[in-house]
Amino acid sequence: MVEYRIDRHSGVATYVQIVQQTKQALRLGLLEPGDKLPTAREVVEATAINPNTVLKAYRELEREGLVEARRGLGTFVRRTLGTAPADSPLHGELDTWAAKAREAGMAREDVAALFTAVLEKHFQGDSS
Amino acid sequence: MTDTAIAAAALGKRFGRRGGWALRECTFRLPAGRVCAVVGPNGAGKSTLLALAAGLLAPSEGTVTVLGTTPGEARARVGFVGQDKPLYPQLTVAETLRMGADLNPGHWDAATGERIVAAGELNPKSRIRTLSGGQRTRVALALALAKRPELLLLDEPMADLDPLARHELMGVLMARAAEHGTTIVMSSHVVAELEDSCDHLLLVGGGRVRLSGEIDDLLAAHARVSAPAETDLTPHTVVESRTTGRQLTALIRPAGPLPGDWRTGGRLSLEELVLAHLRSPEAPALAPADTDKPEENAA
Repeated sequence: MVEYRIDRHSGVATYVQIVQQTKQALRLGLLEPGDKLPTAREVVEATAINPNTVLKAYRELEREGLVEARRGLGTFVRRTLGTAPADSPLHGELDTWAAKAREAGMAREDVAALFTAVLEKHFQGDSS
Repeated sequence: MTDTAIAAAALGKRFGRRGGWALRECTFRLPAGRVCAVVGPNGAGKSTLLALAAGLLAPSEGTVTVLGTTPGEARARVGFVGQDKPLYPQLTVAETLRMGADLNPGHWDAATGERIVAAGELNPKSRIRTLSGGQRTRVALALALAKRPELLLLDEPMADLDPLARHELMGVLMARAAEHGTTIVMSSHVVAELEDSCDHLLLVGGGRVRLSGEIDDLLAAHARVSAPAETDLTPHTVVESRTTGRQLTALIRPAGPLPGDWRTGGRLSLEELVLAHLRSPEAPALAPADTDKPEENAA
């Protein structure tokens, strides 16, 4: 089950924050196909945001084919996002690479900049 | 059930025959199922408007319709929490809830009332007069919610609550709206505290309705732009504009596409929109045609 954290001062629309956090949970394998998203009632009781904001986020996720609303039952995950859950070989390789970068004396910002640059090169034009 | 929670037509109220108008020429419609913020400076007429809708005041002119009928007839289906939280000081918390049950036969949700009171760790045996302002607010909200109203009218409900209680009780209100489609109207002069919880806005200033509509529609109807000083902003409606050195910045209602050399600001916040209107009392009122979205509130 995901728990949404709303940052009122982030400048990102609240419904977009819910969409992004759901996608993040899908990427990390915290949510898997068949899992149920919290009901609008559960989300608003915990976050005090407007129910329509949650419904708008869920509609957006549904439009992207990531979840489906089953009448009277709730909203369920249909498919996962990305192919690199926490225990994949790619994750392991990146982990090794990051350790190497650190050994080589690179600072956190340097590593982040390098990673972003490579990401830009390979995924030019793709939207997130 | 009607699809309109509150409809006002040329509604006005003045206190005393020679008194000033607290509210005048108010015309708006609030669709059912919305969470509406009534915002405005102190003395703007917010409390008067809520008291008229609650049937506690009679209009001096115009009409207000609540849940398809008169405020008086709708009273059993409306929960009202006034700013002064009228409760009987000599009763205990438990007696107050029991009184609520007696006054609302057939539609009393005792469990809800008790849950809200218990969440505040109130002793049911405490007398109301020994409670703090925030604790009284909690009891008043418990009474109003246990009544299972279709419409909740809350005048400055969060004013004397601590941040934790504010968040918790706002969560309780939102859960109610999600589950039962309850229409909630709450006033405040602190816009930021309502921004995330409300989807509809009624901005009252100087006794008049300045803005009324879905918050998304209202925000979409405005843009913050910057342009070289002395740019002619017509035909757009200007809410406010300011020139600093060579640059002009303005909040406008675009009447069409904007010239390419104007820079538009990022996302407009509700607070910016409200403050700009309060700073410019001469800006024309706006009420975008309400587009009823039928699918809302399926929790």
